[in-house]
Amino acid sequence: MKHLDEYRDGALARGVARRIAKEAQDRRVYSFMEFCGGHTHAISRYGIEDLLPPNIRLIHGPGCPVCVLPSGRIDEAIELGKRDNVTLCVYGDLMRVPGSNGASLARAKANGADVRMVYSTLDAVKIAENDPRRQIVFFAIGFETTTPPTAMAIRLAQRKKLENFSIFCNHVLTPPAMRKILETSDSQALPLDGFIGPAHVSTIIGTAPYRAFAREFQKPVVVAGFEPLDVLQAILMLILQVNGGHAEVENEYIRAVTEDGNRIALAEIADIFELRESFEWRGLGEIPASGLRLREGYWEFDAERRFPVDKRFARDNPACECGAILRGVKHPRDCKLFGGACTPETPMGACMVSSEGSCAAYWSYGRFRAFERKAAE
Amino acid sequence: MNKIDLLGRKLDLRHGCVDLSHGSGGRAMTRLIADIFHAAFDNDWLRAGNDQSAFDVSAGRMVMTTDSYVVSPLFFPGGDIGLLAVNGTINDIAMAGARPLYMSASFIIEEGFPFVDLQRIARSMGAASRAANTPIITGDTKVVERGKADGVFISTACVGAAPKDVELSADRARPGDVILLSGSIGDHGVAVMSKRENLSFETDILSDTAALQDLVAAMMAAGHASIRAMRDPTRGGLAATLNEIAYQSRVGARIDEAALPIKPQVAAACELLGLDPLNVANEGKLVAIVSPEATEGVLNAMRAHPLGADAARIGEIIDDDHCFVQMTTAFGGLRIVDWLSGEQLPRIC
Repeated sequence: MKHLDEYRDGALARGVARRIAKEAQDRRVYSFMEFCGGHTHAISRYGIEDLLPPNIRLIHGPGCPVCVLPSGRIDEAIELGKRDNVTLCVYGDLMRVPGSNGASLARAKANGADVRMVYSTLDAVKIAENDPRRQIVFFAIGFETTTPPTAMAIRLAQRKKLENFSIFCNHVLTPPAMRKILETSDSQALPLDGFIGPAHVSTIIGTAPYRAFAREFQKPVVVAGFEPLDVLQAILMLILQVNGGHAEVENEYIRAVTEDGNRIALAEIADIFELRESFEWRGLGEIPASGLRLREGYWEFDAERRFPVDKRFARDNPACECGAILRGVKHPRDCKLFGGACTPETPMGACMVSSEGSCAAYWSYGRFRAFERKAAE
Repeated sequence: MNKIDLLGRKLDLRHGCVDLSHGSGGRAMTRLIADIFHAAFDNDWLRAGNDQSAFDVSAGRMVMTTDSYVVSPLFFPGGDIGLLAVNGTINDIAMAGARPLYMSASFIIEEGFPFVDLQRIARSMGAASRAANTPIITGDTKVVERGKADGVFISTACVGAAPKDVELSADRARPGDVILLSGSIGDHGVAVMSKRENLSFETDILSDTAALQDLVAAMMAAGHASIRAMRDPTRGGLAATLNEIAYQSRVGARIDEAALPIKPQVAAACELLGLDPLNVANEGKLVAIVSPEATEGVLNAMRAHPLGADAARIGEIIDDDHCFVQMTTAFGGLRIVDWLSGEQLPRIC
């Protein structure tokens, strides 16, 4: 595959790995957080850690929209889906995410709720168009990457004068979450030397929003693509910054990301959405100005206004370490439930279900390492 | 007056459809069976018109399997549910190193299903069973109300025979054994997905559905004593099959990503849909676990057969109490190849 195979090339990877081994200083440890689940999965799927010296630590960040969604929101969506005239359209990732008491959208579907898996927001609009008697609610979720497609669906529904289409909005923003991690983490629990910055999110918001982190917190940020060579190259760039005492925003992903991002998408988001005062993140708690809702002019498309659902506060299983894992202070292997009570078949927390979750990545691609570690000890 | 005339008018195969009377045991059902199934499968056993068929068995080991097919859509690039049912069932017999002999086929049909589609499915089953020299000698038909099935579901059984000393089994893999794969992976799953509602995309990939008994016969001739196990990686893909073998034999496996034959179109489609080709279904491929000294002979026999032309040595069995299937990535790292969790693709076989 042209434009993909180049970024997965083993020979090039060995070259960058040699360079990393040469630049990384033996006497110190380098701890970098990859913010996005997409990076976490690339790291596990391609076995990137096998190419790194042992003193480079990769910390998995909270960049998995399904993982940071509080389970109460799943309960609220289930309530919506159970209504007689409602069809709830969701991305496949959400189907098995646990709500409270073992509930999930997949289970609600099995029990008769009309929950349908869609591959794009436009599929949901099409369903609404084809079935005007039913109320179609799209479960809108994701960071800045998936917000423009939701905006496009709203725009389309408006143009088609669809009275039976609305969204259950759970869109969140990346920079406030990065800030929260930097502001609340203490350097002992979470030593952090820099960020591998978001890939797809940055195609929308650009690199400029990360400047504050470099400046205020003196942490370098290297925006990187999701291919394994991107990740490796970003690690090298971070090491060079750390060694040189720099803290700058650099862009490894120049083939897709600009400084200012996608202006058309950003304008569309700004026109349709506004900031919520505060939004709850699983693991990170309430973060001010971190979530989006529809502006007044678009309230007719807001499922939370059309079908008032009581706000739910669900408690996660107390043994589930998703929260600490999302904050980067624990690794999936540190969780007592991992691999026993919690597996992809019987998930206790969303991190084990989502294709971007760190527990899922570690389970699917890397869990043999836990035994290797034990054997080595 | 001949026998057929007693059943009244022939079915309107071009415009008609199945209704509940075609499953009620009356004249309409006999008509449906005669005009569609007997016409397509055409053999002496069916012509005799009994509720069962008798055949002689040879000395040796008998092998039996049963399978059911609920694929959606029913027709896809490179095949249809009928072709899949015949080939898939035959392959289950062939994976025991056995020669398939006779098949049964039962149909659960949704009321309103067009005769023309049913005939097309039956004809492709007839052609496939003749090509594999495995006649369909008994069957059953049920019709259910609209909404109680999705077009047609097919359930099959097959018996086959193997020489007395042949004992292929997925619990026989041993560390050091070599893993062979007969060709490219993911073709069937991608072909089916390309035609799914809400997901249609342009691709020239065809399903790889094929009956593998001749390929198996060639492999058995080349070294049947050295082949420990064979399995066709259908649902769950190559990943599931390797994990099953590892689990049943209580061993691990190590495969090499660079050695896996994957067509560029399949790789691209999987990339687009966020799937791993290792989890995507195949319907005309097999995995063989072979003792190391026989590898070359068996691999050459595979490559000499059209269905094994792209056969490759993809890895080996290793000692591992945790039964992990590991893969050396083309990038240079190591990862697990896990069972598929949850549902990747609804109803692909």
